[in-house]
Amino acid sequence: MIPANFTYHKASSLKDAIALAESLGEEAKYMSGGHSLLPMMKLRFATPEHIIDISKIQGLSFIKEEGDLLKIGAMTTQTEMEYSDLLRSKYPIFGDAIKLTADPSVRNVGTLGGNIAHGDAANDQPALMLAMRATVIAEGVDGQKSIPIDEFFHGFYMTALEPTDILVEIHIPKASKHSGGAYHKVERKVGDYATAGVAVYVELDDDGVCREIGIALTNVSAVPMRVDRAEELLRGKKITDDLIGQAGVFASEDCEPTSDLRGSEAYKRSLVDTITKRMLNKALERARQ
Amino acid sequence: MKHEITLTINGQSVTAEVDSRLLLVHFIRENLDLTGTHIGCDTSNCGACTILLNGKSVKSCTYLAVRADGAEITTIEGIAAEGTNHPIQQGFHDQHGLHCGFCTPGMIMRSIDLLNNNPNPTEEEIRWGISGNLCRCTGYNNIVKSIRQAAEEMQKEKETTV
Ligand SMILES: Cc1cc2nc3c(=O)[nH]c(=O)nc-3n(C[C@H](O)[C@H](O)[C@H](O)COP(=O)(O)OP(=O)(O)OC[C@H]3O[C@@H](n4cnc5c(N)ncnc54)[C@H](O)[C@@H]3O)c2cc1C
Ligand code: FES
Ligand code: FES
Repeated sequence: MIPANFTYHKASSLKDAIALAESLGEEAKYMSGGHSLLPMMKLRFATPEHIIDISKIQGLSFIKEEGDLLKIGAMTTQTEMEYSDLLRSKYPIFGDAIKLTADPSVRNVGTLGGNIAHGDAANDQPALMLAMRATVIAEGVDGQKSIPIDEFFHGFYMTALEPTDILVEIHIPKASKHSGGAYHKVERKVGDYATAGVAVYVELDDDGVCREIGIALTNVSAVPMRVDRAEELLRGKKITDDLIGQAGVFASEDCEPTSDLRGSEAYKRSLVDTITKRMLNKALERARQ
Repeated sequence: MKHEITLTINGQSVTAEVDSRLLLVHFIRENLDLTGTHIGCDTSNCGACTILLNGKSVKSCTYLAVRADGAEITTIEGIAAEGTNHPIQQGFHDQHGLHCGFCTPGMIMRSIDLLNNNPNPTEEEIRWGISGNLCRCTGYNNIVKSIRQAAEEMQKEKETTV
């Protein structure tokens, strides 16, 4: 399968890329890893007339803590994240997700920025970003802007990014002494997109009371979703088994799955209930360590 | 539109004119006549087309040739000198890691990256490590054994050269 004709452009800097996107107009698309975009082009689901390769732009691949933030560059590959000592030791939720994302060769190429910018509720990183309350930093014609993750996902393959905007960085509140996260997805076979997935991030105070909580879901709604009702239930409380049980029920009631080849609506709701409870327990265990 | 690209393939520099939409796997097989790299699914699922791009395993059916400009590429033809076997090839030979052989070049290229990252993998790590490469013949057990043997051989080689 060969993609429809298009013209390739290599961008050497952000400025160069944005200027190209502006002059080429709506029919141009950025490409990072190309591991979401190129398969769609080969199937002719996407037929952009111009591809602007942003993967050669220097300085967009890093993982570091700075001030109160964890910062990850958009061009960081999922493999680089998988082998990052910082993420392994302080943010194991990434390891949970990346091990279950595609396969090692795909992860060698697919980037964090592309995974989020694609705007696909089947991708795994969006739920992590929602749970950890990330901020998306983008650069466009009018300079840099910060977009809170709750305002980022607009619809199926639609995000807050303008066609000329480039996602450059992700900012996440730095892990605190008593914070912890966990992610799991059920998949039909290794490398598959999620039948259902749940990300949980919890922060406790010194007395073990839940100060902040994030619960978000993969592939059980048209747009990556946060489970507000379950978060409100737990915030400000000591989290008990009863509350965890209730949170699982809320998540399973509030998600919006459709029946498809991966399973029936009822099965997916049941998965969301079970995984939410398990991930709450796992995140709490990590937060208490 | 045509683009001039220059890249290193199995240690040799190559310059060529390619279309924007030419896939790397077609460039390797059709332009360079290196047909050891196979096309199985053509949808990034089977790994038959796996090559090394700057040392990392990549599915060449899901990569534009033009983007490989300046890269260093290794295919199955380039991993051992004429008449010799790479330890991973030797492992597949000794442990019967193949039947029809269709998946084998991709499996071996993937295994090179796997052992670079993790020179002493457990069985489980090997199984996760080759999870993007499908084999319809062997049932994988002998492939895992082949990679285990290679890991041990390569560890030994390293120790003797130190
Ligand atoms: C076989 C296979 C299985 C997979 N399984 C999974 C899975 O289980 N879970 C999962 O999460 N993902 C999965 N993926 C997707 C993979 O992780 C992708 O690589 C990733 O989602 C997209 O990253 P990319 O860099 O390849 O993006 P690209 O394909 O380059 O881009 C995707 C979209 O985002 C836009 N874009 C990319 N980068 C930017 C940027 N910096 N700024 C603005 N816009 C940008 C592009 O224009 C395009 O519309 C799978 C892919 C394959 C091929
Ligand atoms: S042919 Fe490339 S992954 Fe199957
Ligand atoms: S040996 Fe036949 S597909 Fe693997």
